[in-house]
Amino acid sequence: MAYDYAPFPYVAPPGLSAPEPRHAVAIVGAGPIGLAMAIDLAQRGVKSVVLDDNNVVSVGSRAICWAKRTMEIFDRLGVGERMLDKGVTWKVGRQFHGKNEVFSFDLLPEDGHKYPAFINLQQYYVEEYLVDRARMFPDLIDLRFKNAVTDHSDHADHVRLTVETPDGPYQIEAEYMIACDGAGSPTRERMGLDFTGQTFEEQFLIADIEMGDSPFGNHAVPERWFWFDPPFHNGKSALLHMQPDNIYRIDLQLDVNADGKVEASEDRVIPRIKAIVGNKPFRLDWVSVYKFRCIKLDQFVHGRVIFVGDSAHVVSPFGARGGNGGIQDVDNLGWKLSAVLAGDAPATLIETYHEERSHGSAENILNSSRSTNFMTPKTPIEALFRSEALRLAHDMPFARKLLNSGRLSLPCSLEGMQLQTPGLAPVMPGHALIDAPLSGPDGNTWLIREAQGAFTLVGFGNVVLPDVSGLRRVGIGQNADYPCFEDPSGLALARYGTGCAYLLRPDGHVCAVFDTANPPDVTGITAAMARATGHNLRNAA
Amino acid sequence: MTASKDRLSPHQDTFYNALMDAHEGLSEAESHALNARLVLMMANEIGDVARLTQLMDTARNYANE
Repeated sequence: MAYDYAPFPYVAPPGLSAPEPRHAVAIVGAGPIGLAMAIDLAQRGVKSVVLDDNNVVSVGSRAICWAKRTMEIFDRLGVGERMLDKGVTWKVGRQFHGKNEVFSFDLLPEDGHKYPAFINLQQYYVEEYLVDRARMFPDLIDLRFKNAVTDHSDHADHVRLTVETPDGPYQIEAEYMIACDGAGSPTRERMGLDFTGQTFEEQFLIADIEMGDSPFGNHAVPERWFWFDPPFHNGKSALLHMQPDNIYRIDLQLDVNADGKVEASEDRVIPRIKAIVGNKPFRLDWVSVYKFRCIKLDQFVHGRVIFVGDSAHVVSPFGARGGNGGIQDVDNLGWKLSAVLAGDAPATLIETYHEERSHGSAENILNSSRSTNFMTPKTPIEALFRSEALRLAHDMPFARKLLNSGRLSLPCSLEGMQLQTPGLAPVMPGHALIDAPLSGPDGNTWLIREAQGAFTLVGFGNVVLPDVSGLRRVGIGQNADYPCFEDPSGLALARYGTGCAYLLRPDGHVCAVFDTANPPDVTGITAAMARATGHNLRNAA
Repeated sequence: MTASKDRLSPHQDTFYNALMDAHEGLSEAESHALNARLVLMMANEIGDVARLTQLMDTARNYANE
């Protein structure tokens, strides 16, 4: 059944009739990134006003693949379980050459994680759930639809924004402005920031179809299927995904010189789909022809204006690194901005958002450019290498690994960056926490539920955690006067090492590690927390 | 058929892109010449003529498929 697009109501904002008190944070854009940003801040008690020029959720499914780490962040933001319930869970990717399968990969071969490797869920559902969640903070999140930001100016200690509404324009001030206004970011354009990078000439067709029978045939478990040179689409590539509501995503590579308008017409799309699904009945839900670029801004932070998500970086869709990268941006910025606004951290902590996420975005661009290059050979020699790699892949394991239809989004490591105290442990400083099942006084739970959101010291097995101001303590496989959990499967201790303790940042990244040779003491923990909150940055102002 | 075990992973994408970069801007004839030089140099790195003969046989067999 087609998604029912219910418009969000427009309410005349107070700024039209009288000046509004200065806002802490103005968020431009109510897509998944802007909404997640507002919720993250609200959960830390920070107020924001969210300004969006539109009043409906995403038209078309758009971002559909949400990675495990993203789901763990969404869990913290209060929408993860709802997404998991509705979404299609998958973890296996299968690659075909012609009609033969050449390689499959399992992205999460082990048990003991709350969230799967991926779920597929249409962006409109994600936005709907985020709006519902944001409305649970009526005193902290001020959602304003049909409020288009048309101008802004940075006044060193605040930003002044001009906002256009159906009732005319008004102005507001905010201590920080967060641009979550997407790949075509009007904020970025207004500031004249250079946004050039690799542009790919290839065009791709996305068609979402609803059908009762599965185009995956008798294959019961949802997977990601990718074809090089499929029998139904000669010489090109094709990708197939399942979404909720019996909707399937088909992504087909087109000729470089194809006319996008013509290719998006039903006359052209329907025969292409029939070539895949045969004569089984289907309904065309959404069609889009796209090209893409791989670009990031040189600086994500410009004074009091901060770029988050696609406004800061864009990648090709192969690898699911767009929306997933944006949610990791939110996770990284939320606690830092809150700490700065609360006066607990120097303003320069925000610069480390750029340092850490620009690194993440560079990794995403590298991977997605490589996938795209493999999928779209530019010269006869590139085509020759690829076709021979595909031939070898039928029986040579090394050649299977060369096939690149998208290296799928993995959590970015911040190892070696300024906020992390160097150390050695099974989960290295900089890495995002690894989930594990736990049981406690209130029943079964997960490590991601007990250890994210605030600075947390987690001890595994025989290690004593000292009391430090502003620090939550969690014990696993031990008994102490702070919250403790059992490790019934043994997976937590196996993943983290017995006798080890980990200092986690509010975004769940490890920022210091301790073990029996280097036990967690107040001095060491306090120093690591000071470092993680930017109190001894190299270029501190 | 002698299938070698995978020795490129996890750096296979770095290798593959470097190989494509090595061919960037060359004509097709120049690319074939580069490939020939590369095969000879890699053969010298492997150094084991019996193994090289096996590899050549394996590669050749694909041509008959």
